[in-house]
Amino acid sequence: MIPALVVIAYLAVVVYIGVFAFRRAQGKDEVEDYFLAGRSLGPFVFLMSLFGTNMTAFAILGSSGHAFHNGIVTFPLMASSSAFVIPLSLFFIGTRVWALGKRHGFITPVQLFRDRWETSHVGTVIFALQAALLLPYVIIGVMGGGTALQAISGGRVPFWLGGALVALVVMSYVFFGGMRGTAFVNTFQTLLFLGFGALALGVIGSGMGGFSTAVDEMLKGGAASLLTRERISPLYFLSYTFIPLSSIAFPHITIFCLTARKMGQFKKTVILYPLCIAAIWLPCVFLGVMANRTTDLPEIREKIEARAELAAKGSALSSEQQGALRAKMNADDVLLLLLDRYAPAWLAGLLGAGIMAAVMATDSQILALSTMFTEDVFTHYGGKARFGEAAQVHMGRGFVVALTVLAYVIALRAPETIFALAVQYAFTGFSALSPLLVAALFWRGSTKWGALASTLWVALGVIAVGVFQALVPAPVPGPPTVVLSIGGLPALTRTTGGTAIFGFMPVVPITLVSALLIWVVSALTPKPGPETLRRYFQPRH
Amino acid sequence: MRCGHDQATSRPMNRPGLLLATLFLYGLHQDFWFWRSARPLLLGFLPIGLVYHAAYCAACTLLLWRLVSRAWPQYLEDEAEAASGHEPPRS
Repeated sequence: MIPALVVIAYLAVVVYIGVFAFRRAQGKDEVEDYFLAGRSLGPFVFLMSLFGTNMTAFAILGSSGHAFHNGIVTFPLMASSSAFVIPLSLFFIGTRVWALGKRHGFITPVQLFRDRWETSHVGTVIFALQAALLLPYVIIGVMGGGTALQAISGGRVPFWLGGALVALVVMSYVFFGGMRGTAFVNTFQTLLFLGFGALALGVIGSGMGGFSTAVDEMLKGGAASLLTRERISPLYFLSYTFIPLSSIAFPHITIFCLTARKMGQFKKTVILYPLCIAAIWLPCVFLGVMANRTTDLPEIREKIEARAELAAKGSALSSEQQGALRAKMNADDVLLLLLDRYAPAWLAGLLGAGIMAAVMATDSQILALSTMFTEDVFTHYGGKARFGEAAQVHMGRGFVVALTVLAYVIALRAPETIFALAVQYAFTGFSALSPLLVAALFWRGSTKWGALASTLWVALGVIAVGVFQALVPAPVPGPPTVVLSIGGLPALTRTTGGTAIFGFMPVVPITLVSALLIWVVSALTPKPGPETLRRYFQPRH
Repeated sequence: MRCGHDQATSRPMNRPGLLLATLFLYGLHQDFWFWRSARPLLLGFLPIGLVYHAAYCAACTLLLWRLVSRAWPQYLEDEAEAASGHEPPRS
């Protein structure tokens, strides 16, 4: 129970920080202060908060769970590719978004698109797709909170109570503190989980008597492949470098780029981002792999046995039996199990708080959805003119409450797997929407029709992948199911982890076609007026 | 800016060099040469594939430091500060 009490104390500190931030916000421009922290964040808070916003529960729980079954490949697949792509996108795109926000007073990306392409309805279509792709995150965040608190308390705090507690805490500081509260809480949380990795590595390594023996035994036994990348194909590996393109296209990240006081605030963030990623992911991935040697824990032994059984006689099993084995294999709790096994109770509580910090990264998504709804729908369609400027913040706060309650109710009733899948599709969708930002910021010739074609294609592509994966069940580990061949080449295959198109993940063709469509359709359709182009592409001397 | 000098640092810029370095670093991410090998082990327990990508993160930081110091788009901030509040969006 001690770890759960430490975590609950941590949640109280988080609420206090949110309320403290709310008090600091008095007397400033209300709308920009609530939604963008008055565009006033300094370099340290900007770095910590932007990084924390990008690191969801997956960075700690999911990464170790993925590494448990797939090995060290998890790190280059998801972490070092992000270490390359995300800071570059902040450098090239984030800085330009900041500058345009400063010049024209934009609060959301859709406001930028509407102004840049002289359109109203195409902006609404982009808003609808962004909101649909972002919503599952909020639901999965509430579910993650409930699951984590239940695991940390050893089952004493039930899922419904843990989820309610986390939802209430997040709602409180987003409601009162807005972007400023969220940024300060994220800074505190990021500091906590930056320290988490090294501490967990030290404690668990010491408890296991060092890692050398465990690694030697894995190399001699059947688990040697977990210490290499042979479980993943090179094309699949290459595909994954498209996924971090999603980061800058996620509305909560684009909106966060507008909060910096000066553009110079981006400098430290861009430079230090790869090191922050390594500090969190490296220990979590390595510990996830090492968990394969902790077979004295029955929960871990059960996962390893389920994996072996699925690999050995998978095709002979019914789909229900395969599903049951996959459920047993779920390894998102391996780090919690290792902490429970090796860390003293008070330290397990502190480390549990680090995990909760990552789980609660959903705050930025709640605020982003609230900001988008208020600015892109309520204000855009006359709400501000009819009810006044003060109504904008009231509407934003009301939306935060409504969204959190809705997410909690859905989290109690719906199976987690549905939303976990939806989050996977969201990465593909936002990666494929990134050409919109590039075209808006760098290409004079881009048009609203090109943007519309690209947006509709992305929506269609994500739905098609979802339907395909629902209709064609995942094969057991081994050769994939080839659904369509062209010229003897497997064009469309259903793999254990998803779908492959000519060996690539769907994100590759969907993103490339999205870029092609915005280019071709823009070339064939009328451009925005010269005054708009002058404001975005004025000559420099 | 357009005449080849970084306004923030007043040092000559080497944009083709930075572009090549960026593309080269992207290529280095696809390290097929360590694909099936766990050894050598750093400190006796860290597989080479993991060590390589930890070092890759450090190399990313070096490249980004170079980009920030040599190609920072300072003109964006200068223009935004000058025009702030004077150019409201039309929609």
